[in-house]
Amino acid sequence: MSSSVSFDPRVLKTPHPVPGAPDNWKRFFSFNTDAKVIGIQYIATALFYLLVGGVLAMIMRGELITPPADLVDPSVYNGLYTMHGTVMLFLFLFPILNGFNNLLIPPMIGAPDMAFPRLNAAAFWLFPVFGVILMASFLVPGGPSGSGWWAYPPQSIQNPLGHFVNGQFLWILAVALSGISSIMGAINFVTTIIRMRAPGMGWFRLPIFCWTAMAAQTIQLVGLPVLTAGAVLLLFDLSFSTSFYRPEGGGDPMLYQHFFWFYSHPAVYVMVLPVFGIFSELFPVYARKPLFGYKVVAIASFGITVLSLIVWVHHMFYSGTPQWMRNLFMVTTMLIAVPTGIKVFAWIATLWRGKLRLTTAMLFCLGGLVNFIFAGITGVMLATVPVDIHVGNTYFVVGHFHTVIFSTITFGVYAGIYHWFPKFTGRMTYEGLGKLHFALTFVGAQLNFIPMHWAGLMGMPRRVASYDPEFAFANVLASLGAFLLGVAMIPFILNIVSSWARGPKAPPNPWQAIGLEWLLPSPPPAENFEDDVPTVISGPYGYGLNKPLVENEAHYVARALEA
Amino acid sequence: MTLSSPLPADDPAAASGSHHGHANHTLTGFVIFLLSESVIFLALFAGYAVFKMSSPVWLPAGVEGLEIREPLLNTVVLVSSSGVAWLAERCLKRQQLVGFRLWWLLTMAMGSFFVYGQAVEWLHLGFGLGDGIFGSTFYVLTGFHGLHVITGILLMGLMLQRSFRPGNYDQGETGVVAVSLFWHFVDVIWIVLFVLIYVWQRS
Ligand code: HEM
Ligand SMILES: [Cu+2]
Repeated sequence: MSSSVSFDPRVLKTPHPVPGAPDNWKRFFSFNTDAKVIGIQYIATALFYLLVGGVLAMIMRGELITPPADLVDPSVYNGLYTMHGTVMLFLFLFPILNGFNNLLIPPMIGAPDMAFPRLNAAAFWLFPVFGVILMASFLVPGGPSGSGWWAYPPQSIQNPLGHFVNGQFLWILAVALSGISSIMGAINFVTTIIRMRAPGMGWFRLPIFCWTAMAAQTIQLVGLPVLTAGAVLLLFDLSFSTSFYRPEGGGDPMLYQHFFWFYSHPAVYVMVLPVFGIFSELFPVYARKPLFGYKVVAIASFGITVLSLIVWVHHMFYSGTPQWMRNLFMVTTMLIAVPTGIKVFAWIATLWRGKLRLTTAMLFCLGGLVNFIFAGITGVMLATVPVDIHVGNTYFVVGHFHTVIFSTITFGVYAGIYHWFPKFTGRMTYEGLGKLHFALTFVGAQLNFIPMHWAGLMGMPRRVASYDPEFAFANVLASLGAFLLGVAMIPFILNIVSSWARGPKAPPNPWQAIGLEWLLPSPPPAENFEDDVPTVISGPYGYGLNKPLVENEAHYVARALEA
Repeated sequence: MTLSSPLPADDPAAASGSHHGHANHTLTGFVIFLLSESVIFLALFAGYAVFKMSSPVWLPAGVEGLEIREPLLNTVVLVSSSGVAWLAERCLKRQQLVGFRLWWLLTMAMGSFFVYGQAVEWLHLGFGLGDGIFGSTFYVLTGFHGLHVITGILLMGLMLQRSFRPGNYDQGETGVVAVSLFWHFVDVIWIVLFVLIYVWQRS
């Protein structure tokens, strides 16, 4: 199989950067087709939206620090959580992971760039467009949509203002555009991995990050069209008097729930799979051991893809789903624990008796793994129909998914940033500031989300601006945790900005990692290996095995050092 | 396993996957795109079927049913245009540029006939987008498909124009293969739509 793979780099000769595009920092503000520039554009824009979403979260937590609704009134609160959820998912996590795909996939497989550089740039530039469209909903009459990031009808198709352009309209437009942009991205990533691997890089020599990217992007290709179609029908119902989701006209709001969750459940795996990829790349490096069970870990990624696409009904357990269907989907949901569990065991076995180096990146990985194990347990609890009926609309769910989405996924994102920062900027980050960032984030996340589980078990409902005083203590803790997370952003931003500006120069391979990207200079030249693509002769995680990764490795090491 | 042998983009080995050029990953990407498009249509068809089977009243008040004769003619024209597109593609492979252009133009004309027929039908129907779930599904499904037909015609125009550009032969050919794939796809979708909407009128 490996022999059937080869790539002739001469066939892809799109000039990089685009003729006329600037070569200094200004290139990050231009229509540039270089995947590395696009990757950094994605990451920087997404981090900006993390701050926006974080400010919205802190306003909410400020409101919830006392039981009555005194800071903002309940309808404003609805707008806040709708915008917070949407910003965090569609403007922070999906884009930042696309940033990682852009930065990592081509160098990891030895390709000069993505298969379709122009499509890539076009997909990126839709992102600021729909970001601005969504943000504009703070300015239109009536304010942002208050029907949550799930936007269920009938609430989301009521248009009390009668204006054509209202918060809900802008929300749908933004989500549909983000769907289109992500589909464009998915086509590009999948084609690149299928078509452009270096000679000798068979499927079972592909880094796990690329496997998880394939698995996650497959979900995008199957699931996103459904969400996008569902959103467009919502737009028609809202603004053009169709009846898809209106029972009065013969439609059915449940159709929307099916469309929505068919994508939005697997969407969790679109976000978490790349993080599994990051864990699988980083643990071997910082434990100096080969990844345990490489093939099984790789295949488990696709197990997750397939299962994730057939479990969506677990979000509809309490919206009139018949019992037989509930049981069916309860079982498929629990099956996901199998491939996921396999991965967790593989990581633990990789760490077992390893020589751990506790860099900032490794700390974020370890913290993320611990949090993920906790979230996995509460997740299986939620998949159980009787438990879900009980706590499904309480803060227990909010606590659970923030443990996944923040304490696991965002931790993985931070780990990735610290690990690959030297490669793509050519500068080292400051470890002291990094560790401070980690400590504040770890403590803040626990303080924020553990009390949410507790409040939920006591019966505190979600999506409320005021609550019963018996939940007050848990909420004070959660809010303090939230503010701590806000504080944690300070050393992070300081670190990124100052190291990029004048951090110590990074060597090509500061962590002594194995992988094609580490055979490139830091930062890599525009077309990575250009015409000098190495031939891969062994698997990606040969730590301690003393086997070269590519033919004539010394040549590439010397080349990278010289540059 | 070295990179020494120069490969033209249309080398037969390229198609077998052992080597590949730009042409090849364009087609790979395009096929992935079509798969993802078919998911949209699948979701819409499933929605249509569920609505149809579960609705006590389907047609809006005062509407008897859909006239089937003109749409059938339209269907025949669209489906045969797939064959014509194939003839055009074959001419191009044999380097018969003139034949290619003629067949290709005929495909475009047949597509335009279809769009015209559908526009005329829409103008004469006794119900609108807002007339309950039947109106909604009918217009959105046929409209979305019609948008694809129009896109196909525009893309064919682009390929036609490219065939007049000197020295761009290989690239043009990949584009033509991709566009005719798209055209066949649009046809297959129409056949399903036609059966769902026009043939399956009585429950
Ligand atoms: C990557 C980071 C995050 C993501 C992706 C995220 C995502 C979301 C989503 C999707 C919702 C909608 C909730 C629902 O279904 O009920 C939500 C709600 C909420 N989030 Fe976050 N969030 C993130 C970080 C945070 C942080 C750090 C905090 C605390 C400071 C926070 C506080 C809240 C609060 C208070 C709600 C409202 C819950 C309710 O009233 O039901 N989030 N978040
Ligand atoms: Cu789910």
